Amino acid sequence: MRLTVRHVTHYRFAAPVRGAVQSHRLIPADCEGQTILDWRVEVEGALWGAAFRDGAGDQVRTMVLRGPVSEIEVAITGEVETTDTAGVLRGHREAVPPLAYRRTTRLTRPDKPIAELARAALEGREDAADLDRAHALAAAVARAIAYAPGETHASTTAAEALAQGAGVCQDHAQVLIAAASVAGLPARYVTGYLNATEDGTPHEASHAWAELHVEGLGWVGFDPANKCCTNEHYIRVGSGLDAEDAAPIRGVTRGGADEVLEVTVAVEAAQQ
Amino acid sequence: MGAETGAAMSEAFNEMYDGGALRAPYRALETWRRTMPAELRALKQTEAEALFRRFGITFAVYGEGGDPDRLMPFDMFPRVFTATEWRRLERGIKQRARALNAFLADIYDRGEIVRAGRIPAGIVYCNEAYEIAVAGHRPPLGVYSHIVGIDIVRTGPEEFYVLEDNCRTPSGVSYMLENREIMMRMFPQLFQEMRIAPVDGYARLLKRTLASAAPSKCAGDPCIVVLTPGPYNSAYYEHSFLADLMGVELVEGQDLFVEGDFVWMRTTEGPQKVDVIYRRIDDAFLDPLCFRPDSALGVPGLMNVYRSGGVSICSAPGAGVADDKAVYVFVPEMIRFYLGEEPLLSNVPTWRCSEPDDLAYVLAHLDELVVKEVHGSGGYGMLIGPKADAATREAFAARLRESPANYIAQPTLALSSCPTFVDEGVAPRHVDLRPFCLVGETVELVPGGLTRVALTEGSLVVNSSQGGGVKDTWVIAE
Repeated sequence: MRLTVRHVTHYRFAAPVRGAVQSHRLIPADCEGQTILDWRVEVEGALWGAAFRDGAGDQVRTMVLRGPVSEIEVAITGEVETTDTAGVLRGHREAVPPLAYRRTTRLTRPDKPIAELARAALEGREDAADLDRAHALAAAVARAIAYAPGETHASTTAAEALAQGAGVCQDHAQVLIAAASVAGLPARYVTGYLNATEDGTPHEASHAWAELHVEGLGWVGFDPANKCCTNEHYIRVGSGLDAEDAAPIRGVTRGGADEVLEVTVAVEAAQQ
Repeated sequence: MGAETGAAMSEAFNEMYDGGALRAPYRALETWRRTMPAELRALKQTEAEALFRRFGITFAVYGEGGDPDRLMPFDMFPRVFTATEWRRLERGIKQRARALNAFLADIYDRGEIVRAGRIPAGIVYCNEAYEIAVAGHRPPLGVYSHIVGIDIVRTGPEEFYVLEDNCRTPSGVSYMLENREIMMRMFPQLFQEMRIAPVDGYARLLKRTLASAAPSKCAGDPCIVVLTPGPYNSAYYEHSFLADLMGVELVEGQDLFVEGDFVWMRTTEGPQKVDVIYRRIDDAFLDPLCFRPDSALGVPGLMNVYRSGGVSICSAPGAGVADDKAVYVFVPEMIRFYLGEEPLLSNVPTWRCSEPDDLAYVLAHLDELVVKEVHGSGGYGMLIGPKADAATREAFAARLRESPANYIAQPTLALSSCPTFVDEGVAPRHVDLRPFCLVGETVELVPGGLTRVALTEGSLVVNSSQGGGVKDTWVIAE
C-alpha cells in the first residue's frame, strides 16, 4: 500500500522568544514492510545539524532557530510503500539489547491494578508462548480502556489511565508497556502514523502503539487502541521508553513565553 | 561510599607500627612527631586551617551531601606508602581502570562478555544506569570513563581490597593537590629529608587525557571546558580549581549552546567551538532534550552533537553502569575476560542476595555482615550487622526477604589505621584511599590519592558527613 503523509505542527508564541532548539525524531527508517519513497521535514529559517541514527535505529536531527521567533512550523510531507508483516519488525538496524526495555518509567510504572490486569490476562497461560501472552495482554488493555479523547493529557501515567478506564492511544500504549513489564516482556513505546480506516473506527492519524519483544520473532507492534497488530496501514517513525522519551519533537525555547500548539495530520492511501 | 565495617581497632593493621615495630617508610616521621613541641603543632594546625580557608576548600566529597561551606578537617600526619607498595597498587589500579573501560565499550557495542555468559545480561541491560541513548555509539578511543576513582582499603601489609569503583565524576582530587601544597608550605624540611614523589603533574595529565579524547572532527588544539552545575554544588570549588590549573574555561550550561553540528561557548569575542567537555553534572541533567526535560543545568541538544561525533563528553554518558554495586562483583571477571590477566587487586567478597544460596547465607550471618543497597550510596539503607541490635537485624531481614535483588552483603573488614593527631597526642585512626586514574590515549596515575580518615576513635566511617577528615598521601620516590 502506498501511503502519503502531510503533518504540520505549528507553535505560536504569545511573545517572540530569543531562540529555539528542537530534537526531531520525525523521519521513518526503512525496514521490512516499510520503504520510504520520499520524506521531507521543513522548517522555515531552520539551522539543521547533528543528524544521526541512534541506537534504537531512529533518525534524529537537531533544529535550531535563532531569535526572535514568534512561530515555528514543522511541516512533514512523505510517501511510504507498506506491506503487512503481521506486526513483526524485521530489517530494522538497532543496537539496543531488548532487555534494556524491561525497565519502567514514571509514566509506565505498574501499580497494583495494572499488575492485577496482567495476572488476570495471563491466567492459564503460564506456559504459553510469548506471542500468545502478548496478545492476551494487548486484548486486556483494549478491554480495560475505552477510547475517549480529552479524558487524559500528555503526562497522564499508565496507572492513572487504567484507573480512569478511558484514554487515547498514548494511554493504551503505556498501560500495555506497564502490563508487559509485569509479565517480564520487554516493551517500548512507538510513534508513527495510521491510515484512516474505512469502517469508521475512531483513530488518530498521528498515532502511537507499543512493541513487545517476543522470543523467536523479535519486536512485534501491538495497537490496543485498534485491537490489532500493526499492518500496512501503519508507518513506524520512532521509539522510546514512554511517550515523553519517544516524543517526535522535544524542544526548548529561550526566553520562554506561552505557546499555542496546532497540529494537522492527514494520512491517505495514494491514488494509483 | 566509605568503609563501613565493624572490626575492632586492636585487630587492625597499623601502617606505622606493625606489631609494635616501626615500619620503614615512617622512620623519619617518628622523629618529626617526637620532636615537635605541642605549641608548634597547635600553631601549624591553625595555619593549615587558615590556608584551607584562604584557598576556599570547603566542600564535601561527592554524594555525601552536607554543608558546602564547612571546612573538611585536615590531619597533618601524612600517610606513607613505599615505592614497592605503590608499584603494586599502581599496576592493580590501572588494570582495573582498563578493564572497566573495556567493559563499557563492549556492553554499548556487541556485549561479548554477556554473550559469553561471563556476566548475567539482566545485571547489565536492566540496570537503570545502562544508557539506552548511547547504545551503539563509540566515543573517541573507545574510552567511557576518563577519570576512574577507585576506593581502596587495606587490611594488612600485603592485603588491599577495592571497596568500590567510581566511573562517573569522582571528586576529591583537589584535596590530594591542596593537602600536598599545604604540607610543603608548613613542613619544607620533611620534603628535603624524604624523597616524596610529586603529585602536581595531575592537572597536566588530566588536560592531556581530555585532549586525547577530542572528536575526530576537531582539527588542531581542542577547546576544553569544565562544565559545572554552579556555585551551589558542593564540589564547585574543585570544578573551578581544576579549570584554573588546566587553564581552561569553567562554564555552566547556559554558557554553552548547540548550533549546526557543534557545541559553542559564548565569549566576549563571539562564539567559540567546544571540543571536549569535562562535565561534573550527572547524566540525567546533561540535556533536557534527551534526559530529564526539567533540567536547567544542561545544554539543549548536547547529546545529539555528542552522538553525531561533534563533541566529546568526559566521562561519557552511560559510564555509571560500570560502578554499580551489582556489577562490581564481576570486575575480576572483566579483568580476566578483556585483559587475559588475573586481578592484582582483590574485590571484597560479596554475596548477591538475588542468588538464593547467597541470600540464605546472608540471613544466617547477619550479625557479621554489612548489607548494602545495590543502587544506594552514602550509607542510606545499610545494615552494619555487628553494630545493630537484634530487633534492627530482624527488621532488615524482612526487607531482604521481600526484595533480595536490591541487596548485596560483605564481611566486615579490619581496616588499617594510620597515626593521626588527636587531642591527647597521636593515635591510630582508620583510613581508606581514593586514587584517581586517568584513561585516554594512555593510562596514567599520579603517585598519591585522597586518604580519608575516620577521626572518631574506633570509627570505620570515613565519610566527611560523619566525622571524617583527610590526610596527605605520600609515596616514597624510588
